[in-house]
Amino acid sequence: MAHELLKRIRVAVLGVVLAGAAQVATCAESIVLASTTSTEQSGLFGHILPIFEKTSGISVKVVALGTGQALDVGRRGDADALLVHDRAAEDKFVAEGYGSYRRDVMYNDFVVVGPTADPAAVKASSDTSDAFRRIAGKGATFISRADKSGTHAAELRFWKAAAIEPVGQFWYKEAGTGMGPTLNMAAGVDAYTLSDRGTWANFKNRQNLAILYAGDPKLFNPYGAILVNPDRHPHVKKAAAERFIDWLTSDAGREAIASYRIGGEQLFFPSPR
Amino acid sequence: MFASTLTDAVRLLATFDHRVAEIVGLSLQVSGGAVVLGTLIGLPLGASIAVGRFPGKAGVSVLINALMGLPSVVVGVVVYLLLSRSGPFGAFGLLYTPLAMVAAQTLLVVPLMAAIARQVVEDAWQRYAEELQVMRFTWWQSVSTLLHDCRHSLLVAVLAGLGRAMSEVGAVMIVGGNIDRATRVMTTAIALETSKGDLPLAIALGIVLIVLILALNAVAFGLRHWAMRRYG
Repeated sequence: MAHELLKRIRVAVLGVVLAGAAQVATCAESIVLASTTSTEQSGLFGHILPIFEKTSGISVKVVALGTGQALDVGRRGDADALLVHDRAAEDKFVAEGYGSYRRDVMYNDFVVVGPTADPAAVKASSDTSDAFRRIAGKGATFISRADKSGTHAAELRFWKAAAIEPVGQFWYKEAGTGMGPTLNMAAGVDAYTLSDRGTWANFKNRQNLAILYAGDPKLFNPYGAILVNPDRHPHVKKAAAERFIDWLTSDAGREAIASYRIGGEQLFFPSPR
Repeated sequence: MFASTLTDAVRLLATFDHRVAEIVGLSLQVSGGAVVLGTLIGLPLGASIAVGRFPGKAGVSVLINALMGLPSVVVGVVVYLLLSRSGPFGAFGLLYTPLAMVAAQTLLVVPLMAAIARQVVEDAWQRYAEELQVMRFTWWQSVSTLLHDCRHSLLVAVLAGLGRAMSEVGAVMIVGGNIDRATRVMTTAIALETSKGDLPLAIALGIVLIVLILALNAVAFGLRHWAMRRYG
């Protein structure tokens, strides 16, 4: 009798699992987009993807990673398209034949975030290099993404431009994590960090943090879309992925990107043609 | 700060929407699938080790006990490399699907369930070994008889597997990708909301997860009592 009961439970549970698997197998056409934590955590995809899905019938599955990791996923052929923000690494990706082409999609900017008390007087900086020199000069705690993301690559460029080698300094903490967790850490210990504006605008656990420096043209943060090369990875859904990239750079896509706002503030700007 | 986060969390639970229900549903399907597979593989495996007499048995027992501490993120990376398009099983296109998540969680729960089953069955085996040998039971008959006799104690192994599967985040994050409406489960949703600094929502989802695991355990406890009374 007990055997029978166990059997019945097993059959029921298996049924549920198989139903779930079947549901997964029958879904409509979809592509995998490897993208950055900044675009996901800023809420941009939640705004633009439903618009694209409605017009095209293609669902876009976003895997949000740092730019370095997203490029790596593309290199392995585990995504159909990429939307990332590290121009030098993107060009290398295409040049090496992993991507078919790259298109400018949109941009926003990086912001230097820190405690409102501003012990390093970053607010008075004349430019980005000056802001970074002030943080280093004061020995104020700075939290680095240190995860090979686009923001991390930009941060390293800014240190280099300021002629400072931060790695190994007592005030320089390498978190090795996404933008949101890095901001959580900075908020927890009143530290400085570099953030993209999108993630910052949608970030809720700010505590004492505020934008202390922004507006330098060097803080420009462009995003590019790349089609993963179908010649190298034949399973790439070329037609659907191209349709998405075409849409992103079309009038409809540009309008969708420009219309995403948090508290009235526009977070991403379509790239000039 | 902490108190206000908690009250916010409770308020969010009151406005429990269908998106959360979807995420809960996928969590149950993925972890439920892993536990079913874990039960079918792990329990017979554990019982076989307990009953079997083979060289290196002590070593195998230690190994399977140690694998209870298998880091979920390591399992995630291994399964990712196996299922990646550039990996040996890439042609199936399973990466970033719920099936990949079931596979990863199954790898996580099998050693845990096998280790508990091995201990439970070994204790019973020591009591009944002589009788079973007198009855000239084959090895498989001994395993299935002992599994059947120990079924009420083995429920702990199933519940431990369920707890591990429902609560892990490292493996499903890597092989599932935390894709909205496709592979987002409770733990990856909590990690995402924490990343956004939305701590009240993260705590609210955490409360849902804990209540869910509590409810599943209560149901299992009740079922066990009901089955013991009804079927003995």
